[in-house]
Amino acid sequence: MRLLVLLKVAMKSIFKNKMRSFLTSLGIIIGVCSVIVMVGVGQGSQQKIEDSISSLGTNLILVFPNYMRQQGVSSGRSGRESLKPEDPAYLEANGKYILAASGSIRTGGQIIGGVGNWNTSIEGVSASYLIIKSWSMESGSFFTQRDDDTKKKVCVIGKTIAEELYPDMEPVGQRLRIRNKPFTIIGVLAEKGENSMGNDQDDIILAPTKTVLTRLRGRDFLNQIYVSATSEDDLAAAQAEVTELLRLKHKLDYGEADDFIVRTQTEITDMASATSKTLTLLLAAIAGVSLVVGGIGIMNIMLVSVTERTREIGIRLAIGARGKDVLRQFLYEAITLSLTGGILGILLAAGISSILNHFTEINALINPQIVIVAVLFSAAVGIFFGYYPARKAAQLNPIDALRYE
Amino acid sequence: MKKVIDMRGVVKNYQMGEMEVHALRGIDLEINAGEFVAIMGASGSGKSTLMNIIGCLDELSEGEYYLDGEDIRDLDADDFAAIRNRKIGFVFQSFNLLARTSALENVELPLLYNRQIKMHEARAKAAASLELVGLGDRIDHEPSQLSGGQQQRVALARALVNDPALILADEPTGNLDSKTSVEVMKLFQDLNDKGITIVLVTHEHDIAEYARRKVVLKDGHKIEDVILSKRRQAETDLSSWQGEDE
Repeated sequence: MRLLVLLKVAMKSIFKNKMRSFLTSLGIIIGVCSVIVMVGVGQGSQQKIEDSISSLGTNLILVFPNYMRQQGVSSGRSGRESLKPEDPAYLEANGKYILAASGSIRTGGQIIGGVGNWNTSIEGVSASYLIIKSWSMESGSFFTQRDDDTKKKVCVIGKTIAEELYPDMEPVGQRLRIRNKPFTIIGVLAEKGENSMGNDQDDIILAPTKTVLTRLRGRDFLNQIYVSATSEDDLAAAQAEVTELLRLKHKLDYGEADDFIVRTQTEITDMASATSKTLTLLLAAIAGVSLVVGGIGIMNIMLVSVTERTREIGIRLAIGARGKDVLRQFLYEAITLSLTGGILGILLAAGISSILNHFTEINALINPQIVIVAVLFSAAVGIFFGYYPARKAAQLNPIDALRYE
Repeated sequence: MKKVIDMRGVVKNYQMGEMEVHALRGIDLEINAGEFVAIMGASGSGKSTLMNIIGCLDELSEGEYYLDGEDIRDLDADDFAAIRNRKIGFVFQSFNLLARTSALENVELPLLYNRQIKMHEARAKAAASLELVGLGDRIDHEPSQLSGGQQQRVALARALVNDPALILADEPTGNLDSKTSVEVMKLFQDLNDKGITIVLVTHEHDIAEYARRKVVLKDGHKIEDVILSKRRQAETDLSSWQGEDE
């Protein structure tokens, strides 16, 4: 029997049982749709993570204290103290590929000033922090190296704090108490909005590193160091240089392990997106299971259909259909069911994705590759789960089939 | 005369569980083109088995069978299907039309399995075949919209559509009332008058009387094979019926 005729016959029998065909396809529709949406959401969040990390700064290299010493023996808390307050200035002064370096020491607490009080995070950084982050000021100025060296009690506040505590006045020049220590506000940072994780990047106070270390934390080491390379091409060279200089500064012997970890922005992006890649894969796998379940639904209905239509098969065989004609007929029917389900699933996925993108914070991408894979997979499901019932139909004996009641 | 069926010493044995059933125990049968043969016998006589073998639905165990000059032994399933398609037109007791499918499409069905016929030809041939059985005005009707007699005519049109060497009818009047039965038999007689070979399997004596020749089976043997010199004319019966109605 010719392909066109077979397709017509398949379509006809599908339309004869509209409700049943729809419900059968529904398994595939849901399966394909969930694969596409799940993968889309996974890739969307991956994209967001990558974007947010690249927004951390330009040509950024991050240095963390190393928690572990050699041979898997943990250094414990003392390992965290490996980054010294002098390290950033040393890197900046001696690195050929290092544009700027800033320490970072984080703390938090209640602040009082203006019209009330507020709980926020306070970060101690160097004067060059603004360059590294490519941030800008809305008003006032950023603190200088000298402010840092003299442990001056000055700070720069984010837009959120300016709005909360100083709604109707200019915050620059005002006094502010951070954990009961008086500070002078010398500038307000330009608004940066929420980052991809939904954190308000404007709810922050920046103060000189040494001021925070001595006046707020009372300790002598940094949480991390931000380094900006001179250019993107110099990133690898700068990374090597940071390692070299810090080993020198920390007086590490040859063969002794680094007491710090140097990561470029690319490496951090890769690490962060590795998690979300795994998550995407997991989501796709779960969705894939529903596609297989949909396939089993098709097989089930095709088996019922073959039994129900035993007489029809008998008639067809008697009037000259070959076994393979009957096989093809049922196989095409199964494929048509699953492929139609696949296409409807794609349309549904497109709809759901655009609803997610418009009305929620979730970002779902539609990946053309996944769409193609989903279509091929749904056709494969049709062939795989349609073959057994179709073969059962093709192997019927015409005499028995004609007598079947 | 050209032989449509040439059977010599045909034996058919079945295995039913542990028991071997000898359905046919050596049948010789020759049917020439243009004949109208009724095969009769009680149930268990082997007439259904013989019909299945004539219709290439079943293989024979022993003996020889030439259908339209072609040796039927040693053919595979696909060849069997092709022979059923081109050489035999089946008419069944329960019509066996596809439900929810128009008369035209039902008649067209055998042509779809015949690769030598193009699709637009198929449609025209199916319509012509329906015209031949007097249903030219009902081509779009589905089986459920047709009476039993009309359904059997559609089935007959389907049997005729591939210009077969032989029409093989299995109890074609079994599901019809007596008047409709006679109408269908008239159609068979008209077709036979046009030169179409018909083999009719029935257990009803009055239906067999419309044929030109009668073959009777019993316990797998042919016990009678006679030419009906005085065959019943369906047309005469019908007109007497109309007389009664009036």
